[in-house]
Amino acid sequence: MIALDQPFLWNVHWAAPELILAGFALGAVVIGAWGKDKAAGFLSGLGAIAFATAGVLAFLWSPELPQYLFNGALVVDGFSGLAKAMLGLSAAATLLIGADYFAATRQARFEFPIMTGLAALGMFVMVSANDLITLYVGLELQSLAAYVMAAWRRDDVRSSEAGIKYFVLGAIASGLLLFGASYIYGFTGSVRFDAIAAAAPTSEVGLLFGLVLVICALAFKMSAAPFHMWTPDVYEGAPTPVTAFFAAAPKLAAIALLARVLYAPFDGLTEQWRQVIFALSALSMTIGSIAALMQTNLKRLMAYSSVANVGFALMALAAGGQQGAATAIVYMAIYLPTTIGIFALVLALRRGGLHVETIDDLAGLGARHPFAAALFTILLFSIAGIPPLAGFFGKLIVFRAAVDAGAVWLAVVGAICAVIAAAYYLRVLSAIWFKPPAEPVQQAGGAALATAAVASALIFPILVIGLGTLERWATLAASTSF
Amino acid sequence: MQIGLEHYLFVAAALFTIGVFGIFVNRKNVIIILMSIELVLLSVNLNLVAFSSFLNDLQGQIFAMIVLTVAAAEAAVGLAILVTYFRNRGDIAVEDINMMKG
Repeated sequence: MIALDQPFLWNVHWAAPELILAGFALGAVVIGAWGKDKAAGFLSGLGAIAFATAGVLAFLWSPELPQYLFNGALVVDGFSGLAKAMLGLSAAATLLIGADYFAATRQARFEFPIMTGLAALGMFVMVSANDLITLYVGLELQSLAAYVMAAWRRDDVRSSEAGIKYFVLGAIASGLLLFGASYIYGFTGSVRFDAIAAAAPTSEVGLLFGLVLVICALAFKMSAAPFHMWTPDVYEGAPTPVTAFFAAAPKLAAIALLARVLYAPFDGLTEQWRQVIFALSALSMTIGSIAALMQTNLKRLMAYSSVANVGFALMALAAGGQQGAATAIVYMAIYLPTTIGIFALVLALRRGGLHVETIDDLAGLGARHPFAAALFTILLFSIAGIPPLAGFFGKLIVFRAAVDAGAVWLAVVGAICAVIAAAYYLRVLSAIWFKPPAEPVQQAGGAALATAAVASALIFPILVIGLGTLERWATLAASTSF
Repeated sequence: MQIGLEHYLFVAAALFTIGVFGIFVNRKNVIIILMSIELVLLSVNLNLVAFSSFLNDLQGQIFAMIVLTVAAAEAAVGLAILVTYFRNRGDIAVEDINMMKG
């Protein structure tokens, strides 16, 4: 456990992935100050390499037993290693698919890889948090960088508006989180998760009040209903690469953080928090599936789709214990490449020189660019949960976790929502394959298309074949971490 | 009258509520929203310091210092975003932040 007799930095080498990200962000500031925006391309490439390295390193070099750093403020274990690998790769993919977009919109500034790096660093800290202070600092580092990224297009009023909305509502969520954290601290006498766990089974009203506030704040950050109201507007207004990033990495980080908060300090209160997670999950799936039916804008559609997917991940978390954590992480491992791939395709396609925005913009894609249309088909079938694609198996294991936890009704709600959700994914596909084009769609952006191809390959067949291996890793990671 | 922990908690909860209401009820100006956010964060600090003193434990005060620091960074980011918005719209009235339905 925590060794106070050791020097403060004796096992700091376990924080190597975080140090790589922090080193990149600081070094990139210097290079950017020197090279101005001409350095943007170089820094994007360097950033992609740094994020991928940090993520892969965190996974390959994760300790067998949990390692406590900085007197126990940070914990490095198998669970955090697996989550960091996905976060690092998502951040790297964001830079790859964003390069063409920012060049085309004349927004290629050297600060973008820096902000992405800081957001990634914040998420790495979130998934490794072992006390309330680290949790808050990691969450804020990620959020503050994300507010700036949402408002990235300074000349575009919708982007600025997305930034303001995200900032104001995000600040309320931070306030809720802190207020809850102060009550947890007050009623347990410590901010450290293991000390809270020792004091928690008292289940006093003040402690439960604090826990519910913290859960609500994290639900806001992962845009679970009923805290999802910012999601469609921010996703629509933010530049598309940023939207891709928001739809992927911060959700995984918030899910992993919620798993850590629920399982480490509040394991003794499972019966109490499970009801809250059930409600959040059922609401997210229902609202996410039904509200998306009315959308015509692709980014708003994906926003509601992400709300529904968070609902499925929460269903896994509600199962509790090692199975819950492992299932949630496997579900997110399948969801992340799917959503990044879809956004990469949206970025790779133009109509009349502008990026595609609405479902109708995709009309006639199948006849003109069958390869891109085929990739779209694989990714949308997967997110709709149609076998034999990876998304189907993701939903399957989540339903199994819910049934094992005794929440058959929740699995039924999930299955109904999955059917409703399939309707709007199929609407996009019908536009792609069967609608006559008004104006031809052009294909641009090789890197984005390549990323989408890699994501599709992951969805089918790599993850389908490798699902057993992935599940084994996740179970092993969860069993050593919780 | 003896001032105990619950009095501090009550004041902090009142400030928190005022802050949250200030964000939702106010329809005039985004600057007022920023002030309300500060109020929310300061109410949390009051909570933390009161608990810290009551528990005879330093962690709460350290937490409060970190909240203060992050709140400053948050205000800076918020004002920066507000400036870009003002440049695009020429106005920061809350009811006009409605380009996208939401």
